Amino acid sequence: MQQKIPFYLLVILLICLGLGSAVYRHINLEIPWLPGETREVWSVEARLEFAALGEPIIAQMAIPETQQGFTLLEQSTASPGFGLSYLTEEDIPAVRWSTQEAAGKQVLYYRARFLLDKQQGKEWPAAPELLAPPILPETTELVAQRLIEQARFQSADQITMAAQLLNNLQSDDQQVQLLLQERSIEEAAILLMQLAAIPARQVTALRLKNSRRNQESRAYLMVYGEDSEDEKVAFFNLATGKEGRPQRLLIWELGDRPLIDLEGGRNTRVSFSMQRDVAPVQQALEQKYADVSAMQISLHSLPLEEQKLFRGLLLIPVGVMIVMLMRVLVGLRTSGTFMPVLIALALMQTALGAGLAGFVLLVVSGLVVRSYLSRLNLLLVARISAVIIIVILLTATFSVIAYNLRIVEGLNIIFFPMIIIAWTIERMSLLWEEEGGGEVMKQGGGSLAVALLAYLVMSNQYVQHLTFNFPGLQLVLLALVLILGSYTGYRLIELVRFNAFQQNGTDRSQFKPSEKAPK
Amino acid sequence: MSWFISPRQLRKQGVLGMNQRNIEYISGHNERRLFPLVDDKLKTKNLAIAAGLSVPPLVGVIEYQHQVNKIDELLHTQDAFCIKPSKGSGGKGILVIHDHDDHEYFKPNNQALSLADIKRHTSNILAGLFSLGGQPDKAIIEYLIHFDESFANYSYEGVPDIRIIVFKGFPVMAMMRLSTAASDGKANLHQGAVGVGIDIVTGKASYAIQFDRPVEHHPDTGMLLSDINIDGWQELLNMAARCYEMSGLGYLGVDIVLDAYQGPMLLELNARPGLAIQIANNQGLLKRFDKIAALDDAALSPEARVDFVQTAFS
Repeated sequence: MQQKIPFYLLVILLICLGLGSAVYRHINLEIPWLPGETREVWSVEARLEFAALGEPIIAQMAIPETQQGFTLLEQSTASPGFGLSYLTEEDIPAVRWSTQEAAGKQVLYYRARFLLDKQQGKEWPAAPELLAPPILPETTELVAQRLIEQARFQSADQITMAAQLLNNLQSDDQQVQLLLQERSIEEAAILLMQLAAIPARQVTALRLKNSRRNQESRAYLMVYGEDSEDEKVAFFNLATGKEGRPQRLLIWELGDRPLIDLEGGRNTRVSFSMQRDVAPVQQALEQKYADVSAMQISLHSLPLEEQKLFRGLLLIPVGVMIVMLMRVLVGLRTSGTFMPVLIALALMQTALGAGLAGFVLLVVSGLVVRSYLSRLNLLLVARISAVIIIVILLTATFSVIAYNLRIVEGLNIIFFPMIIIAWTIERMSLLWEEEGGGEVMKQGGGSLAVALLAYLVMSNQYVQHLTFNFPGLQLVLLALVLILGSYTGYRLIELVRFNAFQQNGTDRSQFKPSEKAPK
Repeated sequence: MSWFISPRQLRKQGVLGMNQRNIEYISGHNERRLFPLVDDKLKTKNLAIAAGLSVPPLVGVIEYQHQVNKIDELLHTQDAFCIKPSKGSGGKGILVIHDHDDHEYFKPNNQALSLADIKRHTSNILAGLFSLGGQPDKAIIEYLIHFDESFANYSYEGVPDIRIIVFKGFPVMAMMRLSTAASDGKANLHQGAVGVGIDIVTGKASYAIQFDRPVEHHPDTGMLLSDINIDGWQELLNMAARCYEMSGLGYLGVDIVLDAYQGPMLLELNARPGLAIQIANNQGLLKRFDKIAALDDAALSPEARVDFVQTAFS
């Protein structure tokens, strides 16, 4: 009993570690529990058009960054003939094109892919410093101050006040019209914010809509709340005065500056087109974490080929569990302990029907050949070697026949582990000679049944998703194996086998005294 | 009457299950290093001889392939013999020849084999065809047991043997295994041999099964199984009990045959005895094991252990 306590502690520790790592990965790396979840990935393309004047050209365009709700996955440009640099270290990231000389119409493209990412909580840059308001003509100053007074009266804090001000700007009020006479609505909005000492910045944003071309950017006002600790911001659409940030609003530029800064050209025009892709979570996350792998040791950081290999490897423990359950709890007999797992792995490579047919075909023809070999009086090693060679020849033959009959699934037969098949044939053949065909059917059937069950479980997409994305769960499997390994209860089959004990009374003897006639 | 018996009921009757056997009895009482002693029949035989137990006399051992060519020289010293793999299990690879002229060898069912057949069988044994895990093996040629007349009609083409389960040196439960036509002359219960539970105290048959179901008569010869009564039972029990000191195994199946001329002989030991003996006795093993485990086992002599069993289990 003393040995039991460290054992159970170990089991509990394994389960906690395994589940803990899975929960960690789910929460911190956003790996979903279930497969099939998708994420939106948006491709946004900015098209910069201008007429070059035949002079050196420097074109600088602000570019978007990872921000709340969006993770930048990759960016690229198309600009033949132009030198290119990304100015991502600047306060306002930009892309700069340059060339010695160009004339006529020029078109430059910048493309970025964004993951729509609710978990992305990157903070917005700090509020801009409040600048002293410009000197205004008295009438304008008066109007503005009156608007501000009115708004302050109707509001509780900076954000609600900004909302009131912007709302008022939309009205047909004569005072407002006076304010708007000399300036655009954007300028008027910024001016009011300055006069009211509300930190705010004008930003350029894009409403992402699927398959749109030739879209214009929109001007938004980003207003900071009072609480500088947890930067609370609100967005206002300057065209309508409405507050709020739609989910698919991508902030392109945050800097109160024009989107484009062009030397050596004129008639600039920027238009945007966008495209939504639905990507499996897996793929989206892979891109997201492509270069942060050190911290989150993840199989996703491996090359694709190796990932695929691990997908298969990590399923083996699940198959092993099934075999254990069937043997220890049910009591099914299989030929070779983990043979069923190997068959199941092979079935995963082939289609189920074709795989089973191929397997049975191989084993049966192997048995026929083996029965001849057994008459030759060979040494054991020689006999198994012969069986291996023959199994490979049979595989090749079946593949060619299947291919010529246009049964493409037939080709998958090559995925079976040949040496294992040869051993299976050898064992079954021995079993046949020793105990007859019935026992072969029993053990072979048992193996196939367990293999099928293991296949069903291993090919389940939920199982595959969990084993690959949460390698920690392997520790839970290990714990279960340890528990099962010390299970001393009855096997299911024994309940049938020992059924005779049912009619037991206290009398252990079947033979009645009267039957025991003296000789 | 359903197809299943509840685990609770099985536990109540003290039936030992496979998992518990493997973990608590085989792993718990049998040291791994002792296994080769019982897995190799030749080693067991030498041990038994050293311990003064009677065993079927050895005619010869074939160890190398080249010796197979001269096997007839060995065989011709005997009228009847059996060839078996030293490391075989479950009765695999045992060839019984009950008569021969110098060209043809007759199995108990009078099927004739040529010398080439015998040689092939022997080299299969050497290659490890019948041994555990396919290791290379030795072929043992042994004196053929002559069955005791009183059992002649209880067995079909095979020698009946007696299996006694010995726990910590105490003979706990016994059965006699009778081959049938269904079992092809073999004494394996899962192949259809009849298992007759033998009362450990008296040596008399108490119950009998074939294919896990009760039977009263031998299916081939029609003999009434309840008449079975083993003479000199005490001697068999003593023999089984002594196998504990000899092998060091705490949980052991001892197979004994009765020779018409030489009396009981130790055939082989088994470190992983099966569970069918419980069905053949219609009784679970665990209650008896528990009684013995509860015993403060001061080093009792084999005879004292047999005495204990005969009083405790009567």
